[in-house]
Amino acid sequence: MKLICLSGCPNKPCYILKFKGLTLMLDCGLDMGSALNFMPVPLVHSQKLQQLGNYHPKDGQDPAIEMELKEANVLNHVFVDSVPEFAAPDLTMVDMAEVDCILISNYSNMLALPYITEETGFKGMIFLTEPTLHFGRLFMEETIEYIARSTKGQSARRWKDLHQTLPHPLCESVNPQAWRTIYNREMMESCLSKVQLVGYSEKMDVFGLLEVSPVSSGYRLGSSNWIISSEFERIAYVSGTSTLTTHPCPMEQAPLRNMNCVILTALTQTPQTNPDPMIGEFCKTVIETTRQGGNVLVPCYPSGIVYDLFECLAGQMDINSLSTIPMFFVSPVADSSLAYSNIMAEWLSATKQNRVYLPDEPFPHGNLAKSGRLKSFRSLHDENFSTEYRQPCIMFCGHPSLRFGDAIHFIELWGSNPNNTIVFTEPSFNHALALAPFQPLLMKAVHCPIDTSLNFGQSKKLIRDLKPGCLVVPEIYTHPPAATPNRSDLKMETDIPKYTLSRYETITLPIKTKFESINIDPKLASALRPVEIRPGLAIATITGNLIAKNNKFELLAIEDKPIEIPQKRKRDSRGLIASSLSTSSTPLIPIKSRKPAEYLYGKLNVKEFVQKLSAIGIQDARVEELSKGCSIINLESEDTLIQVEESQTHILSHDETAKDKDLNRQRIRDLLLGCLNKF
Amino acid sequence: MSDITVTPLGAGQDVGRSCLLVQIGGKHIMLDCGMHMGYNDDRRFPDFSYVAGTTLDDVTGTGNPNGALTDHIDAVIISHFHLDHCGALPFMTEMIGYNGPIYMTHPTKAIAPILLEDMRRVAVEKKGEVNFFTSAMIKECMKKVIAVNLHQIVKVGEDIELKAYYAGHVLGAAMFQVKVGNQSFVYTGDYNMTPDRHLGAAWIDKCRPDLLISESTYATTIRDSKRCRERDFLKKVHDCVDKGGKVLIPVFALGRAQELCILLETYWERMNLKVPIYFSMGLTEKANNYYKMFITWTNEKIRKTFVERNMFEFKHISGFDRSYIQNPGPIVVFATPGMLHAGLSLQIFEEWCTNELNMIIMPGYCVAGTVGHKILNGTRKIEFKKGKPVEVKMSVQYMSFSAHADAKGIMQLISYCEPRNVMLVHGEAAKMEFLKQKIKQEHGVECYMPANGETATIPCPITIPATVSARLMDTEAEAYAQRPPDPKRSRLLHGVLVMQDNQLRLMGAEEACEDLGIPRHTIRFTSTTNLSDAGPLEATQKRVEDLMRRSLSSMEYEVQVVEGEISIANSSVLMKVEQNEDDDGIKDIMVSWANQDEALGSTLLNLVQNMAQ
Repeated sequence: MKLICLSGCPNKPCYILKFKGLTLMLDCGLDMGSALNFMPVPLVHSQKLQQLGNYHPKDGQDPAIEMELKEANVLNHVFVDSVPEFAAPDLTMVDMAEVDCILISNYSNMLALPYITEETGFKGMIFLTEPTLHFGRLFMEETIEYIARSTKGQSARRWKDLHQTLPHPLCESVNPQAWRTIYNREMMESCLSKVQLVGYSEKMDVFGLLEVSPVSSGYRLGSSNWIISSEFERIAYVSGTSTLTTHPCPMEQAPLRNMNCVILTALTQTPQTNPDPMIGEFCKTVIETTRQGGNVLVPCYPSGIVYDLFECLAGQMDINSLSTIPMFFVSPVADSSLAYSNIMAEWLSATKQNRVYLPDEPFPHGNLAKSGRLKSFRSLHDENFSTEYRQPCIMFCGHPSLRFGDAIHFIELWGSNPNNTIVFTEPSFNHALALAPFQPLLMKAVHCPIDTSLNFGQSKKLIRDLKPGCLVVPEIYTHPPAATPNRSDLKMETDIPKYTLSRYETITLPIKTKFESINIDPKLASALRPVEIRPGLAIATITGNLIAKNNKFELLAIEDKPIEIPQKRKRDSRGLIASSLSTSSTPLIPIKSRKPAEYLYGKLNVKEFVQKLSAIGIQDARVEELSKGCSIINLESEDTLIQVEESQTHILSHDETAKDKDLNRQRIRDLLLGCLNKF
Repeated sequence: MSDITVTPLGAGQDVGRSCLLVQIGGKHIMLDCGMHMGYNDDRRFPDFSYVAGTTLDDVTGTGNPNGALTDHIDAVIISHFHLDHCGALPFMTEMIGYNGPIYMTHPTKAIAPILLEDMRRVAVEKKGEVNFFTSAMIKECMKKVIAVNLHQIVKVGEDIELKAYYAGHVLGAAMFQVKVGNQSFVYTGDYNMTPDRHLGAAWIDKCRPDLLISESTYATTIRDSKRCRERDFLKKVHDCVDKGGKVLIPVFALGRAQELCILLETYWERMNLKVPIYFSMGLTEKANNYYKMFITWTNEKIRKTFVERNMFEFKHISGFDRSYIQNPGPIVVFATPGMLHAGLSLQIFEEWCTNELNMIIMPGYCVAGTVGHKILNGTRKIEFKKGKPVEVKMSVQYMSFSAHADAKGIMQLISYCEPRNVMLVHGEAAKMEFLKQKIKQEHGVECYMPANGETATIPCPITIPATVSARLMDTEAEAYAQRPPDPKRSRLLHGVLVMQDNQLRLMGAEEACEDLGIPRHTIRFTSTTNLSDAGPLEATQKRVEDLMRRSLSSMEYEVQVVEGEISIANSSVLMKVEQNEDDDGIKDIMVSWANQDEALGSTLLNLVQNMAQ
């Protein structure tokens, strides 16, 4: 079994697993962190962003890059003035035509799929759950629409050749040459039409060799861990898992036990903080700001934690008598996100599920919308937005990278007022860097990242409980985060065999196929003669006709058919083809006899053998003991010599005239077999 | 152990009271637990005493804590929320006693208790029945229900696996595949193979079950195009209200009702009609809410557009109040229940049936014994109260809107899943008989149609599962030059079958002996024959080699020659031709083989000896 890592970001993973002759891709994440290297794409002409000066190339640098780069006002940061680009998995190491199927663990780990289905030779199957498809589509649609608002033309390329010589953050980018602009809507539609929906615990067959089955991972609506199994080997791909109770269906642990191998990735991006206090912090910040008449900007994704934020915040606002402050949810897919979340009862936590039986909507945001406390809009240009908009308010909108989406507008609108606050809840982007192109800002920036995925403590406990044969983790998880090098607790340690890999690395895992399953034909089985070797152990020699259908084996009884010797077709006098009957003959050795009918074991009792020989009239046996257990029996009359050893007997006969036709040998053979154990 | 047996307690050559007992691989599964709408006595519930094998009178109602049936049934599966499929469930679990698991889909779990409660109220409060299950019992019963998702594989204990497939018939209706070991069957419940205005079509994969148990309500019907039926329906309704008549459409609260509501709603919208449409009971809104919540179970079109417009928010249809019965002027009313056996629909019918301007449209099947069944069969005098027959003057129309598969649909489902045997239930005997013959002819599979209480035994092929060592398979594959096994060419697999700890392991002989510590003993035979041949040694060697090749050519043995030594690939056989030490005119031909290759070795020795003579 081989595993190749194609992504540099463990939270947007992409692996290739080769096993049993099949090639599987595990997740297909699009790393959007690269967008932070670019200038924000404003909705309308932004004077402030426009005012940033061009970068001044240093000696030796291509002077043409001046037009591609802008210098931020603070921190000596430089950003690319072009359409934002993203890091898709690097496919140079694999032939996508050979990939048999792709397994997707959750909607944020599928955003690079269109590059694969539309641009490579990939012809396999893509398995994901229904919510993963719906919300994955919303994420794709949102990004496509945000980027489409950009008026910037050609993407800048020159800077990529000398990025290492450029200031922060560009110098730190890895392989920017491979970054891609976002795909278009046609590619997305075509890609999503090729996926195959799978329910939790549904088993999908991959060419009869492997079965893949998703089980709930508790992280997002429809998020799944994958069990990849054959009849005898079981591998779990555990990616983006949460043991906390939020809105999705809880994580299922039991099916992940007894694995030969667990591949663990996409752990929390905020190992230093826990989600619960962060949600508290979030609500507190919002309440304090709005109470003083300030606005709150929450850059967010269109689905996920944002549902929990709506729910918690509405409750807290009620307690603090701030129910009249409106919440706005602005995204091209805001309506769809709210609507879809409320029809996915089967994929929700038990509490939410039970509400549907009443019947009530599982999420309170439906009612918040009906009562007008939560208002959703496609964009700021929506007709109704300007009539509904009032301050102070809480604005949820994309994109958390602050490089595209409506959030940019509100930073510019509210940025100069210290009463306003921007709250970062999404953990995947560095908030200081996200804000850098907008500096200087007077609005407060509060960082309360909420990541419900497993932290190191939870991961270690999970692995202790699951007890897999071995564990594979990204190399980065084996040492503490760069920010806290002394926190030795913030790394993955286990007492089971552990393998690590990082970007573009290939590792071989010690999982070998030892057994296959086979069905034995009852007719064949009934003809077997099992021999009891010792109590509880019986053995029978077996020979059957092996048949394979869809890689499932079956062993049938052998039927000895006469060999057909086809004759050439002849034309008779009328020109018709007479299909002359093929003549058949019985084979020299019947098929059944071509394989051993029995095996012998144990030692030969020479004395007993000699007695039996004399019983059939061979009296002149001369036994010569060479050493313990080794003797030679000489049968002169038969022209035969028998060498007896502990585990073998050799009968050498010489027949000068060839006239007895092997009869003597066969008599001796029968006697010998009678003296030995066999099965 | 190897056979599957099926005993219908209801729905055997009958419609109504669906309840089947299946034994598969030693496990007992109950499929549906329905009640019969046409009876008011004991016959409305399945005969559960059959399940326990004893009379159950003594435990009925006493609330046996262990459950009289728990030991006899491993799982109960409910296909959908119609009462003829789940109506007896609280009776069985709470009054007879069953504490085991019950499986149904999420929408069924949500909606079934409402219909059960509704039926209970009619039975107890309207008809004054006693010894009926209570509301609390319905709640207790529903606590035992485990909701399943489509295609999710649910394990019951260690051995039983369930999988639900979309059935289309009503919201949440499912077909269930049940697997125990190597055996499996599919129970369709009620299903529909053509998508309609709010539901999709039933679908199943090629799962090749040993048995397909299919409903056969419309076993002999091939229904005309849906569009015609809809146009017909709308025309009749429109004509009637144009003349000032009242239209009564008896329906179940959920199911066809929503389908017809969507139909009328779009028609009213298009034709700009103002005649009021009502839907009976407080159930309306609630029912439609379920449809909104479970939109993923509706058809593709509704799912795609629900964000912009939810099809179950009706503009022209509002709630009905009993006082409207006497209102003058045209009106269209959907009223429950669908078979006119009780409740509001019967009450409205009683009021309106004497006026020839009015019309009743029966959109579904009515079981024998109900008023619906009577008027559909042409009865014109109905006794609502004993001794006071009322003449029915209103026009009675039957429009088949039941979402059942027709004969074509049933045949289509058989092609989809390729079962080894088919069983027909939930239909009328004569019609089943016809379809049975057709299935045998067209699909060449055995078809069963047991009556209630009759047990059908379906023989299943036995297979013996074993594990085979990968090493043995690899050696074997190499011997056959990696050619994949092919049914047309025999490819032999040889080894020993190790039987230990109730497991069968197929391994190579040496591998097994090593693994189990068995001391092998090999016997080798080496026989030398003298051949009179004065020619050069090489020529004799060539002669022997040719003889071997010729004789063995048809048997897939591979003859190899290395430095004058002949060997047969993948065997212990060796041959050597040497110059006799004493006589120049004689060549010694040695044949040597181990005992396991006796057949080949002795055959070759014979060939050599024949040559020598």
